[in-house]
Amino acid sequence: MARWLHGLGVSGGEAVGAVARLASPPALFPTTEVVVDAAGEAARAIDALTAVAEDLQQRASTVTGAASDVLIAQSMIAGDPVLMDGVSALIETGQDAPHAVDAAIGEHRRALEAAGGYLAERAADLNDIRDRAVAHLLGLPMPGIPDPGHPFVLVAVDLAPADTATLDPAKVLAIVTERGGPTGHTAILAKQLGIPAVTACGDAAGLSDGQSVLVDGANGEVVADPSDGMIADAQRRADAKAERRARSHGPGRTADGVSIPLLVNVGGPGDLAATSEADSEGVGLLRTEFLFLDRPTAPSFDEQVEAYRAVFDAFGGRRVVVRTLDVGADKPLAYLPQDEEPNPALGVRGLRLAQANPELLDDQLRAIAQAAARGDADVWVMAPMVATAQEARTFADVARAHGLARVGVMIEVPSAALKAQQVLAAVDFASIGTNDLAQYTFAADRLAGDLAELLDPWQPALLALIAQSAGAGAGSAEGRPIGVCGEAASDPMLALVLVGLGITSLSMAPTCLADVRAALAERSLEECQALAEAALNASSAVTARAAVSELVRQQSAAPEVAESQPA
Amino acid sequence: MPEKTVTVGSSVGLHARPASLFVQAAARQPVKVKIAKPGGEPVDARSILLVLGLDARGGEEVILSAEGDGAEQALEELAAVVATNHDAEAA
Repeated sequence: MARWLHGLGVSGGEAVGAVARLASPPALFPTTEVVVDAAGEAARAIDALTAVAEDLQQRASTVTGAASDVLIAQSMIAGDPVLMDGVSALIETGQDAPHAVDAAIGEHRRALEAAGGYLAERAADLNDIRDRAVAHLLGLPMPGIPDPGHPFVLVAVDLAPADTATLDPAKVLAIVTERGGPTGHTAILAKQLGIPAVTACGDAAGLSDGQSVLVDGANGEVVADPSDGMIADAQRRADAKAERRARSHGPGRTADGVSIPLLVNVGGPGDLAATSEADSEGVGLLRTEFLFLDRPTAPSFDEQVEAYRAVFDAFGGRRVVVRTLDVGADKPLAYLPQDEEPNPALGVRGLRLAQANPELLDDQLRAIAQAAARGDADVWVMAPMVATAQEARTFADVARAHGLARVGVMIEVPSAALKAQQVLAAVDFASIGTNDLAQYTFAADRLAGDLAELLDPWQPALLALIAQSAGAGAGSAEGRPIGVCGEAASDPMLALVLVGLGITSLSMAPTCLADVRAALAERSLEECQALAEAALNASSAVTARAAVSELVRQQSAAPEVAESQPA
Repeated sequence: MPEKTVTVGSSVGLHARPASLFVQAAARQPVKVKIAKPGGEPVDARSILLVLGLDARGGEEVILSAEGDGAEQALEELAAVVATNHDAEAA
């Protein structure tokens, strides 16, 4: 019998699936029992730690990069011989295995906490190992994101940032939490990943593992044990949406035919196959860090030419916007020693690095120009971290001296947005990096999970700076193109707002193109402008999103315009 | 007892990935290797918890020591791991 549960819809979309609950950390109660068979109990403890180590090792092999490094380190801690010796010693004194594991790990955790700094941060990681080992010993479910072996609807009391960081959108069909608000990290992450989510759904406490649920993330409804008919209806709506996406192809344009080129972000040669085949009008952001990072020496001129050529050839006939090297103290290069900075995000990075090392930028621009000379890609270049019109002018002079015809800047520092008119006078175009612009506007570190609300791209202050920049572009003599290449561009509803603010191109992950294209095709420029005004006049990101969502509903005869971005 | 003093090459220090690589390399050695900061208590190099706890920063010196057959070879190999700048190859 179907049963309705209500919560807050925080990330749109519908999903049907089996519940898998996030297990709570295992509790450990004081015991007065004394272990008699110390050797057997120690073996049990070591088996548990070994199993945890092996499980983490196995998980490490399924991911790459930093995520894998963290899991490998966790696995090594679980398997640490000194930790195992400590556990055995405690068992010798009469403690049982779960308490000995708890105490031995607690001792190491306190030592790391006392050391402070980086080590204190690692201390929290030990809790996870403790929880896993104790759960193993007590025969309780493993804490953390469950892995039932099939896609599932994740149900939890609440999700910690550490839980959400490892969510795999291929496995998590939807998220339902008993607590949480409209703007918490669960909501933000779910939207980023395109996972339907309902928070503040107290009745979700009654859902059990394996139970079938239908989640409607737009309306905040969860149906427990839905009927076959309800599932079929949801499936029909999903099919209609998929069909709308499939019909959408070709250049991006509004319903009244205003051209809004839809472009893709490319991070390196590994992305080329997938990104060049996507139905886009080119590359809105080619990150060039891949050529420079993770190596002992700088790439040679020839190596650079070859790498740029590979991209230009793959996108022959289309636009390719190349961003010059964006590294600094936050991403140091081995061959370009930099003093350690207390605050790398505000330090010598991006274009600022070229002031001390002009040859690095000069070589890069020369290599781009040489690669662009062959083939028919429409090559544009832009500089990251530009703060003043003078910096824009200096960069443009160097780039044009190398024969590059289309020269622009990233707008990601608020000063550049505030003086966009002067900045744009020096260059041909600009592209707004909404992620960094949000970080600098709200004085909120992009890597600080607790500040995610401030970094919401719907923040009206961020939209105001985008409007200011876009207005300067439209106001210039030739109408300079102003694109957006941050997260914001890939949210279909926000994309409409951006176009309404005067943005002339949108660059995003290839998977997001179809939804954004379909949303654009249903709105006129005038309608987009009305949405933009509603968002700008809102007092918070939440009310901005709500106001635009409501207006979209009013504007639309078709009820469901993309409420969220896809994975 | 054979010893070797070496400067930590990774700017993050003997933390994170450089620490993992060092401990993994130590576990592969046929002899037991210890690591210490100058004037500090030597700790088991196969223990990630103790190696992290040393809090050896980039540019700081650490002293490796080992005893028995193959000690020299082991110190040689581990010193190279400590001296390498793993940040340069990290993601």
